[in-house]
Amino acid sequence: MEVKATMAGSVWKITVDKGEKVEEGQDVVILESMKMEIPIAAEQSGTIKEFKVQEGDFVNEGDVIAVLE
Amino acid sequence: MINKIVIANRGEIAARIIHTCKKLNIRTVSIYSEADQYAPHVEMADESYLIGPPRVQESYLNAEKIIEIAKDVKADAIHPGYGFLSENAEFAEQCEQAGLLFIGPRSDVIKKMGSKIEARRAMQAAGVPVVPGTDGAVATVEEAALYASQIGYPVMVKASAGGGGVGMQVVHSEAELKSAFTNNAKRAQSLFGDGSMFIEKKLEDTRHIEIQVLADHHGNVVHLFERECSIQRRNQKVIEEAPSPFISDATRKEMGKKAVQAAEALAYTNAGTIEFLVDKQENFYFLEMNTRIQVEHPITEEITGVDIVEKQLEIASGQSLKLAQQELSIQGHAIEARVYAEDPKTFFPSPGRIDVFQPPEGEYIRNEISVHSNYDVTPFYDPMIAKLIVHGSSRAEAIDRLKLALSQYKISGIKTNIPMLLAVVEHEQFQAGNTTTTFLERYYK
Repeated sequence: MEVKATMAGSVWKITVDKGEKVEEGQDVVILESMKMEIPIAAEQSGTIKEFKVQEGDFVNEGDVIAVLE
Repeated sequence: MINKIVIANRGEIAARIIHTCKKLNIRTVSIYSEADQYAPHVEMADESYLIGPPRVQESYLNAEKIIEIAKDVKADAIHPGYGFLSENAEFAEQCEQAGLLFIGPRSDVIKKMGSKIEARRAMQAAGVPVVPGTDGAVATVEEAALYASQIGYPVMVKASAGGGGVGMQVVHSEAELKSAFTNNAKRAQSLFGDGSMFIEKKLEDTRHIEIQVLADHHGNVVHLFERECSIQRRNQKVIEEAPSPFISDATRKEMGKKAVQAAEALAYTNAGTIEFLVDKQENFYFLEMNTRIQVEHPITEEITGVDIVEKQLEIASGQSLKLAQQELSIQGHAIEARVYAEDPKTFFPSPGRIDVFQPPEGEYIRNEISVHSNYDVTPFYDPMIAKLIVHGSSRAEAIDRLKLALSQYKISGIKTNIPMLLAVVEHEQFQAGNTTTTFLERYYK
């Protein structure tokens, strides 16, 4: 399972840790796009296996942010 | 005399400033970030310089670099536009020190108006009404109740140390006040380590109405009437109009007079805007002063015939205002709609590639634009991509023209707020002039 960026922007904050269990709908990262903070949530529950981004990185729409298992 | 000017901004306002400079035969210099290489303001200027990476801290907020460029190209002035460095007192001071004319007021005035407490104090001293409230903390709940009964309910009970709505409550009676005061004081004490509370009048059904002023270096001050900017989302203006559909001529006169009085008391120079909250009874209260050109300035230009940017340049170069208050009048009605790259329902940003960008054209239409067809709207800056301004002989005519113009606007590739703008303009409450700051929450869901 993957968490993907719903729009282009930069990664402002990663709100959970690697290895942490997250619930469906829980915010995983907060993107900054056009001067607005956009929370990106997990679509399913799972454990964070890996982050594909770091704070400050630029992502495009559809880019993978994190991998869940 | 200004021969060459650096525009320390981007987007539609940079393009707007270039238009007036061309009319006045002033050479223009644009700056741009790596994300704005293909932006209209880059092509329009006589010279353009890459300033740095997309992030604003490394580009449009890089004061040292901007001043360095201005010196290198031998410019005599810097126009900061709105946003970015426009209300940065330090930048204005750096310009002054570098021998560059900063198109705006003196740095000390920018600084004073940038502080909520100092601005409130300065306005009170100038005889301009501020939102009634205790100027500092009240010691006891009895004192709070006495004050509230004097200014009248409802009132806001606010923790001095609070923020983001925490420690703040609206109360409608003395009983409510007493429990709210005690509870919020306790909460603020435990959360912020400071339980001091103050009382402010809760204004209901307010409108946001602002007065445009122009002031020169020779003591002349005029106002260019009001703009009503009550239609807002996330505290950002969406639709503005001039004149206000609400206030009476008597209130209009009084607000203009107070705004001029404020500018005189501050020894203000250049263009500025005094924002007021206006209640149902047409009482008006100072909100803040913007010491720069405003996004919505075109509606004032449309109803007065005054080119505000031209006046800014004249004032900065030491010329006298060639405008007298009694010669200024309101001609018809103008409305501005801000076009944002965002979802019309959720207001979430929608950056991406614009395939087709085709704004409506017409005698009564003015477009201020940041983009074009086959253009990438990047996520680095504000989502506003264009402004649509219409003018009519009456408000009803302006509304009809705006409806038609919005329905003819063609943008494909990204989402925009145009459906929302149309819904507002078509709403009977908007047409009836019932434009309060809660309009979108109340009528647009």
